[in-house]
Amino acid sequence: MPLKKTVLYDAHVALNARMSAYAGFLMPIEYKGLTFEHHAVRQDVGVFDVSHMGQIRVTGPQSLAFLNYVFTNELSDLTIGKTRYGFLCFPSGGVVDDLIIYVLAKNDYLLVVNAANKDQDLTWLIENKGNYDVKITDFSDHIALLAVQGPNAIHLLTKILNTQFDDMASGSFKIMRYESADVLISRTGYTGEDGFEVYGKPSDIKILWTTLLDRGATPCGLGCRDTLRFEASMPLYGHELSKEITPLEAGLTFAVNFDKDFIGKAALLAQKEAGLTRRIVGLELVERGIPREGYPLFIADKEVGYITTGYLSPTTQKPLAFALVDIAHTTIGTPISVEIRGRRVQAVVRDKKFYEKRNKK
Amino acid sequence: MSQNNVRYAKTHEWVKVEDGVATIGISEFASDQVGGVVFVDLPEVGKVLKQNEQFGVLESVKAVSELYTPVAGEVVAVNDELYDAPELLNEAPLNHWIIKVKMSNPAEAFSLLDETAYKLFCETEG
Repeated sequence: MPLKKTVLYDAHVALNARMSAYAGFLMPIEYKGLTFEHHAVRQDVGVFDVSHMGQIRVTGPQSLAFLNYVFTNELSDLTIGKTRYGFLCFPSGGVVDDLIIYVLAKNDYLLVVNAANKDQDLTWLIENKGNYDVKITDFSDHIALLAVQGPNAIHLLTKILNTQFDDMASGSFKIMRYESADVLISRTGYTGEDGFEVYGKPSDIKILWTTLLDRGATPCGLGCRDTLRFEASMPLYGHELSKEITPLEAGLTFAVNFDKDFIGKAALLAQKEAGLTRRIVGLELVERGIPREGYPLFIADKEVGYITTGYLSPTTQKPLAFALVDIAHTTIGTPISVEIRGRRVQAVVRDKKFYEKRNKK
Repeated sequence: MSQNNVRYAKTHEWVKVEDGVATIGISEFASDQVGGVVFVDLPEVGKVLKQNEQFGVLESVKAVSELYTPVAGEVVAVNDELYDAPELLNEAPLNHWIIKVKMSNPAEAFSLLDETAYKLFCETEG
């Protein structure tokens, strides 16, 4: 299948971006350089084209009941203009996808999902629709999405959109006119900084991209999107979450509500009651090296887990990782060695708070 | 550094031979491909390498790139400066050597490309 391009493809090429295939799209990995872009988001403001993300709309009289049945987190108390993070789970408790649900109106929900999982999500939702009176529509091809992230994101968007965001809580959104149509602006992101995500008609989002760059926002690629989310201790599907790794093992129980029924609840409850056999921990190398995804972990000659994401963290300059580790070895301070190119490099289990998030509360 | 006696390997290292010792670094092309180097892993002095053997790695934030020696021999020096300042390999790759190898077969140098041939190789194969 040929790779898809976002509406900003030509703009990325004109900026000399290093382009790469990601989730079926040809996406920018970096422009001037990953590290430069990473710091721009931490210190100023960066803009990401994340139009590859999937948007699925669920409408109809039973949409709340249906979504509460497939989604692990509670939605009943969520009011219009708010969002909530959670999972679609398999009956096994493994994860179909992690996503954010936006309440657009009564009986009108927008699901923002990982690009790589969008087709699987759609199939899953349709298969489990049963007798629920809902309509499930894929809007992904009609929506472009920019993430405007960093401490100065609010100042820049306030000027460009001529509106105030001071009263907007983290995780909430509003809809307003921009250029030819409405855009949805949420105070959300995947960087650990204050920031916004703007959903809109592709031609309008293209204008916003150009305006943001003209006003000094740094174009940022998917390379630093990953280092930023990693430092902020946010999971990435396929790494810290998967069909095999449950939300409990990933340490994301806050987004699982056991007070209601949902697909996967029985398995997750059983896992909770039996106790976890493994979980995702933070690791820090105490010797030279960079921990990378897939590297195996050892205590003496016993393999005790593997790294799910690892970097020389650009903000802290420390060699840090997330790792899936057998439960007996997950206490903070436990020494573990990482096998790097056939050599054992010493590391220690630590908390996952690599960087203190600065999202507006 | 004078460029006229510098040779290149198809694995994108440069080599300069003086008195049977090959000084090895990476080309501009390799430096651009790797992107921002944040970490180097280099051999110990005294290690004996075969021709085209991997002798170390360069790591950017995103990826690991392997380094190969175009010539066989014993490692007689390692540029320790790179451990603390790996970015030198991006700023001026031709001015910063990585290892020096006392060649066990000096004739191997003749099989390397000159600058013109290497540039052509990068354009066609790169």
